[in-house]
Amino acid sequence: MESAGGFSLEYAPAPESVAPVRLASQYGLFIGGEMVEPGAGRLAATVNPATGEALAEVGVAEAVDVDRAVVAARAAWEGGWRNLPGAERAKYLYRVARLLQERAREFAVLETMDGGKPIRESRDLDIPLAAAHFFHYAGWADKLDYAFSGRRAAPLGVAAQIIPWNFPLLMAAWKLAPALACGNTVVLKPAPTTPLTALLLAEVLRDAEIPPGVVNIVTGDDATGAALVAHPGVDKVAFTGSTEVGRAIGAEVAGTGKRLTLELGGKAANIVFDDAALDQVTEGIVNGIYFNGGQVCCAGSRLLVQETVADTVVGKLQQRMNTLRVGDPLDKNTDIGAINSQAQLNRIGELVASGVAEGAELYTPPCELPERGFFHPPALFTNVSTAHRIAREEIFGPVLSVLTFRTAEEAVAKANNTPYGLSAGIWTEKGSRILWMADQMQAGVVWANTFNRFDPASPFGGYRESGYGREGGRAGLLPYVELVA
Amino acid sequence: MSSRLVVNKTYKQFVGGAFERSESGRSYPVVGAGGQLLAHAVQGSRKDVRDAVAAARSAQGSWAGRTAYNRGQILYRVAEVMESRQAEFCAEVLRAGDGCTEEAASRETAAAIDRWVWYAGWADKFATVLGGANPVAGPYFNLSVPEPAGVVGIVAPDEPPLLPLVSRLAPVIVSGNTAVVLASERCPLVAVTLAETLALSDIPSGVVNICTGLRNELVPPLARHVAVDALDLTGCDPGLSADAARQAAATITRVVSASTAERQWAEEAAQSPYLIDAFCETKTVWHPKGR
Repeated sequence: MESAGGFSLEYAPAPESVAPVRLASQYGLFIGGEMVEPGAGRLAATVNPATGEALAEVGVAEAVDVDRAVVAARAAWEGGWRNLPGAERAKYLYRVARLLQERAREFAVLETMDGGKPIRESRDLDIPLAAAHFFHYAGWADKLDYAFSGRRAAPLGVAAQIIPWNFPLLMAAWKLAPALACGNTVVLKPAPTTPLTALLLAEVLRDAEIPPGVVNIVTGDDATGAALVAHPGVDKVAFTGSTEVGRAIGAEVAGTGKRLTLELGGKAANIVFDDAALDQVTEGIVNGIYFNGGQVCCAGSRLLVQETVADTVVGKLQQRMNTLRVGDPLDKNTDIGAINSQAQLNRIGELVASGVAEGAELYTPPCELPERGFFHPPALFTNVSTAHRIAREEIFGPVLSVLTFRTAEEAVAKANNTPYGLSAGIWTEKGSRILWMADQMQAGVVWANTFNRFDPASPFGGYRESGYGREGGRAGLLPYVELVA
Repeated sequence: MSSRLVVNKTYKQFVGGAFERSESGRSYPVVGAGGQLLAHAVQGSRKDVRDAVAAARSAQGSWAGRTAYNRGQILYRVAEVMESRQAEFCAEVLRAGDGCTEEAASRETAAAIDRWVWYAGWADKFATVLGGANPVAGPYFNLSVPEPAGVVGIVAPDEPPLLPLVSRLAPVIVSGNTAVVLASERCPLVAVTLAETLALSDIPSGVVNICTGLRNELVPPLARHVAVDALDLTGCDPGLSADAARQAAATITRVVSASTAERQWAEEAAQSPYLIDAFCETKTVWHPKGR
C-alpha cells in the first residue's frame, strides 16, 4: 500500500492467537443454571464471517424452551433474588466484572471470531466496557435509595432482553447489569449470528455463583425472540436492534402492561464547521463511520461539512481511507474487519448500488479484500442529495454519505431531517456554537469534537424513531424499576 | 319580582389559542349528575385532532425555547387565575359529578390549583434533579440533560373531571412540551373552562390544545399521528388503550399511563418529577478536555 508521500506502509501480519478459546462443537441453552438441550433438538451453525466457516452449532430455542426459561426466571425472582439485599446483589455483579476482566483475552478473541470485528476493538473496547458496565451497576445495586428523589425503586420481575450482533457481549452487559442490579431476573436472547460470547458469559455467571434462573440465555432465531416478547410471564421487554423489529415489538406488547424500552436504528449527522481542527476532524469522521465497519447504530453515517472546507475535508478523508487496513479481524493491525454476515453484506451492497444509481459519486480506496469471508471496503459518497436512499436509510456498513451546508441553521435542518435521533457529532473550535448546536440536535447523544465515545456512567439512547429509554448511568436504572411513593 | 334569564355558555374546543366549533359541525349532549342537559359540547373530528397536533407542533419550539424561569412563572399564573375563578370551577365540578358534594368540589378545585403551583416550581429544578454530570472514565466533559419529547397527546381521565386533567397536563408542559388533550368524554365542560383559564394565563397559543368528543373517534388519529412524540393513555379503557398503543408503535411513540398509585389524584403519589421525566428525552453531550 502506498501513502500519499510514496513510501511503503506495508505491515507484517500480526495475528492474535486463538489458543485461549476452547470451542465446543455444540452448545445448548442456559436455563435454570444448567446448559440444556433445546426441546425440539434443533441446532443452527454460527459462522466465522472472516472465513465463512462454521465455528459451532448452537441450540435454537422454541416456544417450549422460552417458556422453561421464563418459568426459571420467575422462580428465581420469587425464590429470593427480588428480596436479596442490594449489597449482596452488588457483590455478585462485582464478581462478574472481575471474572470478565480475568478472561478478557479469551472473550475478545471469541468475539472477533464469531462477529468479525477487529481484535483491536474487541480487546480495547467491547470486553473492557462490558466489564465496566457490570462494575458500574454493581455499585448501584445497594444505592437505589439514593437514585430517585422521594421515591423507592422496586424491581419489575422478569425482563426479556433481546440484543443485536454488532456488540454481542457489550450489549449483553448493557442489558444484564442494570436489570440485575435493580433486582430483576432475566431471559436474554443473543443474536443468531453471534451467540458464542453470551454462552461463554453463562460460564462466568455460573462461576460467579449467581443463583440458578437469575439469568437464562436462550439462543435462537427471530421466532425465539417473538416467543419471548409474547410470553405472558414477562414483565419487561428491552430490545436493541432495527427500527422495523422495534415497531413489531411495540405492537406485540401493546395493551399487555409489559414495560418496554427500545434502542433502534440511526442515521447520525456528523457536522463539520469551517473553523474545526481538520486533522482531528478527519480522524473523528473515520472513527465515526468505519469503527466496527460502520455496523453501529450511532455511526456518523451522514457527514455534513461546511461548503468552504468540503473539498479539503473530502481530500483528507480519501487520503486517510487509503491507509485503512481491511482484512483478517484477528490481525492486530486490522482497521476494518469482516461484515457480520452474508445477509448484511448483501444489504450494504444493495444500498451502495442505489447510491451509484441515484447519481452519487462513490470513492473506495484501492485495497485487496480477502478471497473468502464477508468483506466490504470503506466507501465514501460525494454529490449526495438529501433525497438519496444513502442519505436517508441506515446502511449499517462502512459507507459514508457527504452532504454540505452553508449556515449553522441549514446544518441543523439537515441534521434533524430524519426520523431517527440517536446521535450527532459537532466539530468546531467555537464553544458557544457547540452549545447552541447541541441544544438544536434532536439526538440522545451529542459528541462535540469527538465521536463514538461510550461509558457505563453516560446515558445512551435515542429520540424519535431511534427508540425510548436510556442505557448507562442513573437514567439506565429507570427501565428496570417501578418508582413507588 | 322578575327573575333574570341566565346566559348560557357555548362550550367550544381550544385549538391554537382559539375557541372553535368542530369543522365537522357536530355536537353531543352533556348531561349533569341529575340527568339534566348541561350543554352541547363539540363533537370533534379526526381533522380537529390533526389541526390541534399541527398547532401543538408549531408552538413547541418557542415554548421549549423560553427560559425555565419564564415557564415556571406562566404555570404559576395559571394557578393565580384559577384561584380567582375558584367559584366557577367548583360549580362546574359539582354539576358534572355523580354524587359530588360541595365540599368535594371545593377540595378538588383547591388541589388542582395547588398542583399547578407545585409543578410551576419544578420548571427550573427538574433538570438539576433528573440530569447532571457523568464521571466517565476519560478526559471528557459529559453532561446529561432532560429535554421535552415534543408534542404529547393526553387522553384525560374520565372523572372526576378537573384534578386528574391538571395532574396529567402540568408535568407535560412544564418541561417545554406542547399538548393535545382529549377531554373527558362524559365530563368535558370543565376542561373547556380550564382552557378559558389557560387562554388568560400567558400560556402561548398552541401550547395546550383541548379537543372534546368521542374517545373512539379521537384517540386513533391522535395515537397514529407521526408528529405526536409521546402519548398519555391514562384516560383510555383497556381495549382502546391497547389499540392506541399498537398504532403508536408504528412510529415508535412511547406510551405512558398512570399507575394505580398515581391515580390517587389527591395524594402526593399523583405528582412527581418522574412524571415530568416520563415525557422528556435525556440528551447527553460529550466534549474532550485538553490544554
